[in-house]
Amino acid sequence: MRYTFALAGNQNSGKTTLFNQLTGSNQHVGNWPGVTVEQKTGTMLHHHHGSQTHIGLSWRGKREESKTGGVPEEDSDVTIVDLPGIYSLSPYSLEEIVSRNYIVRDKPDVVINIVDATNLERNLYLTLQLLQLGRPVVVALNMMDEVRSHGDAIDIKGLEKGLGVPVIAICARKGEGLDELVRRTMQVAERKQLPNKLDICGGAAHKALHAIQHLVEQPAMAHDIMPRYAATKLFEGDAPMLEELELSADTQHIIEEILSAMEREVGMERAAVMADTRYTFIEKLLSTCYTRGSAEGDTLTDRIDNVLTHPVLAIPVFLVMMLLVFYITFGPFGTWIADGFSALVDNGVDLLSGALTGWGVAGWVHDLLINGVFTGVGSVLSFLPTILILFLLLSILEDSGYMARAAFLMDRPLRKLGLNGRSFIPMMMGFGCTVPAVMSARSMNTQRDRRFTIMLTPFMSCGAKVPIYALFTRAFFPGNQVLVMSAFYLTGIVVAICAGLVLKRTVFHGDAAPFIMELPSYRLPAPANVARQMWDKAKDFLKRAFTVIFLATLVVWFLQSFTFSLAPAPDVAHSMLGVIAGFIAPIFRPAGFGSVEASTAVLTGVMAKESVVSTLAVLAGVDAESTQMLASLQSIFPSTLAAVSFLVFVLLYMPCVAAFAAMRREMESGHWAAGAVAAQTGLAWLLATLVFQVGRLLGLG
Amino acid sequence: MSDSRTLADLKPGESGVVSTVGGEDALHRHLLDMGITPGVKVLLQKTAPMGDPVEIHLRGYALTLRLEDARKIGLA
Repeated sequence: MRYTFALAGNQNSGKTTLFNQLTGSNQHVGNWPGVTVEQKTGTMLHHHHGSQTHIGLSWRGKREESKTGGVPEEDSDVTIVDLPGIYSLSPYSLEEIVSRNYIVRDKPDVVINIVDATNLERNLYLTLQLLQLGRPVVVALNMMDEVRSHGDAIDIKGLEKGLGVPVIAICARKGEGLDELVRRTMQVAERKQLPNKLDICGGAAHKALHAIQHLVEQPAMAHDIMPRYAATKLFEGDAPMLEELELSADTQHIIEEILSAMEREVGMERAAVMADTRYTFIEKLLSTCYTRGSAEGDTLTDRIDNVLTHPVLAIPVFLVMMLLVFYITFGPFGTWIADGFSALVDNGVDLLSGALTGWGVAGWVHDLLINGVFTGVGSVLSFLPTILILFLLLSILEDSGYMARAAFLMDRPLRKLGLNGRSFIPMMMGFGCTVPAVMSARSMNTQRDRRFTIMLTPFMSCGAKVPIYALFTRAFFPGNQVLVMSAFYLTGIVVAICAGLVLKRTVFHGDAAPFIMELPSYRLPAPANVARQMWDKAKDFLKRAFTVIFLATLVVWFLQSFTFSLAPAPDVAHSMLGVIAGFIAPIFRPAGFGSVEASTAVLTGVMAKESVVSTLAVLAGVDAESTQMLASLQSIFPSTLAAVSFLVFVLLYMPCVAAFAAMRREMESGHWAAGAVAAQTGLAWLLATLVFQVGRLLGLG
Repeated sequence: MSDSRTLADLKPGESGVVSTVGGEDALHRHLLDMGITPGVKVLLQKTAPMGDPVEIHLRGYALTLRLEDARKIGLA
C-alpha cells in the first residue's frame, strides 16, 4: 500500500527534526498550490517499516538489514507531508488555512501530531482541533528525555484514553521511539482507525454545539466535512466554513440566535468560549496524566535568560554575539576559508584553461569558457563558504532559541520602521554580504515582513563595496579615509531608515502582523538539523548560481567581448558594453559623473561590486593598486564632488545579480524584486544628483 | 473588579488573572489560541530592555507580546 502521512505540530515542537529523521535526504521543497507557503514532502526511509526498535542513532546503520524484514519494499512507499508549524486551525493565517484544507480535502491516511511533552498544555490545544477533522491521528510525544530529566512523569496510557488516539513517546533528536511511532502509525493507517469520539464541552456550550451540529449535519455531509468539525468552526465564528457550507439565510439566522443566547448565558464571547473549553479540558486531562517531579523553581531557561534578556546586560551581550557572528563570517577566519576556496576554484579554472589550450580549441571558445563561464560562475561560487559559515552560525542561534530573544530585544527600535525584531539579523548581515542576508529573511513569519526587510537590506553597505571606498577615499580624501568611509556606512543606514518610514506609510502600510511570539526553552541545537539547514541553503544558492547568475555572466561577457558587428572587441571601450555605457552616460551627467568610464563601471558593478574598481582600472589602462590609478581616477572624476556623488550612487543602487537572484527567490516574486532594485537605483540617482547639484550651488564643485 | 487594569499594568514579577481578551478578529483569536483565555493566571516575567515588548509566562510556557497588545487583555 502507498500511504501519505501528514506531520502537524506547533512551532518549536521538533517537527523539522522528526521530518528529517523520518525522510533522511528524500525531501522535496515546493510551495502549496496557489499560496506562497513552503511545502516540504519526503519519502519515508524504508528501514522504518520493519518492527525492529533501535535506540539512539544506531538505527541509521541498520538500514540495510531491516530491508529484509517487514513490508516488501515496492509496496511500502510512504510519503510524508510536512505541514507548516502552527498553533491552531483558525482561519486567519495562511499556514493554518493551508493545513486544515490539506487534512480535510486531501485526506492523508494518518495525521502525525508532534507534541512538545515539556509544554503539553498549549501543544494539546492544536491536538484537540486535529482530532475533529475526521482523519486518523497519532500523537508523537516528543522531548520525552527532557520530561524525564526534569523528574516529571506522563501517564501515556491515560493520555491515550483521554484523547482517544494512540500516543507514542519519542525523542526525535536522538531517534528514540521512531520505529515504534512508525509501527503504530502504519497500524492506524491499515485499520483506518479514526479517533474515538470526544466530548470536550459541557453546559451551555455543549447544548449550543449540539444544536448547531444537528442543524448542519446534512450540508456538512454533502460537502464531505465532519459535522462536529463544521459545528465547532461555526461556533467559533469561522467565516470560511460558513461560506463553504452554503447555508440558507434561515439556518444562519438560527445559528446566530443559538450562539447569542449561549454568549449571554456563559458571559463570554463565542471564540473565547471555545478556546476556554479546550483549555479547560486539557487542564483536567493533565491533572490526572501529568506529574511534576521537582518543586517549581527557576528552570535552566529562566537562569540563562537572567543574563541574556537582563535589563542592562542584554543589549551588550546581544551586540557582542552579533559582532562575533559577523567577525567569524566575514573576519579573518571566514576570509581565510573563502580565499582558500577561491584559490581552489581559480586553480581549477587555470588547470582547465591549460587543458583547453593543450587541446587546441579555438580562441573565442577558450575565452567564452574561461573568461565567460568559469570565471563568472567561479566568482559566484566564492560566495559559497561565506554562506555556509553564516548559516551554520544562524541556525545554531535559531535552534538554540536565542533568535527569538534577539527579536524580543530588538523589536522596539525596528517597530518604528514598521518592521519587527526579526528583521535585525538580515539588516546586520547586509553589511557583510547582501546574498546571505536576503536569504536569512526566510526566518520572518509573514511575507510582508520578509519583503519589507529585503527591500531595505541592500542599503546596508556590503563588504564588496569596501575596495571602492578604499580606492576613492585614497584618491580624494587622503588622511580622512576612515571618517569618510564611516560617513558612507552611516548614509546607507540613514537612507534605509528614511526608506523604511516612507515604505511603512505607502507600500506596506496597514497590515503589520502583531508581534506575539513564543520564547522557546533553550536547547542544544541538533547537529543533524544544523547540517541540514546549511546544506539546503547551499543547494538553493548553487541552483541559482547555475541558472540566473550563469546567464547574466554570459551576457556581460558577450557584451564586453564583442562589438555590435559581432567582431571581437579590441578593448572594453569599443565593445557593446562600452557603447551602451556611452549611450547611458548622459543620464549621469546631472549627477556629475557622465563619463563613459564611470557608466561602464556602474554597469559591470551590477555583475559584482568588486568589478567597479577593476573596470575603472582596465579602462584607464593602469593597475588598480598603482599610484597612477589615483591620477586616472582624478581625470575620470573631474571634482571631489563628482567622486562623492558617484560613491553615493554606488552605495545605494541595485545590488549585484547574485543578490537580485536571492531577492527574487525570497520575495517570491520577480516583479517585487525588479521593482525593489529599480526603486533603489532610482533613489540612488536622485540622491547622487541632489548631492552634486546642492554641492555645486554651495560652490564645492 | 476594576475594569481599567490590564496585562500592561503588571510590574515584572507580578501575576494576574485574565478577565477579558480584546483585539479584533485575527489578533483576538491568536491571543485565545496562545492560551490567553479568561481565568488563566499570567505572570509578567520581564520587560525588554527598551521597555517594550514584555515576556509573560502562562500555561507552562513563555510568550512575548507588545504593550500595545497587552493593553487589550483585561485583568480581574
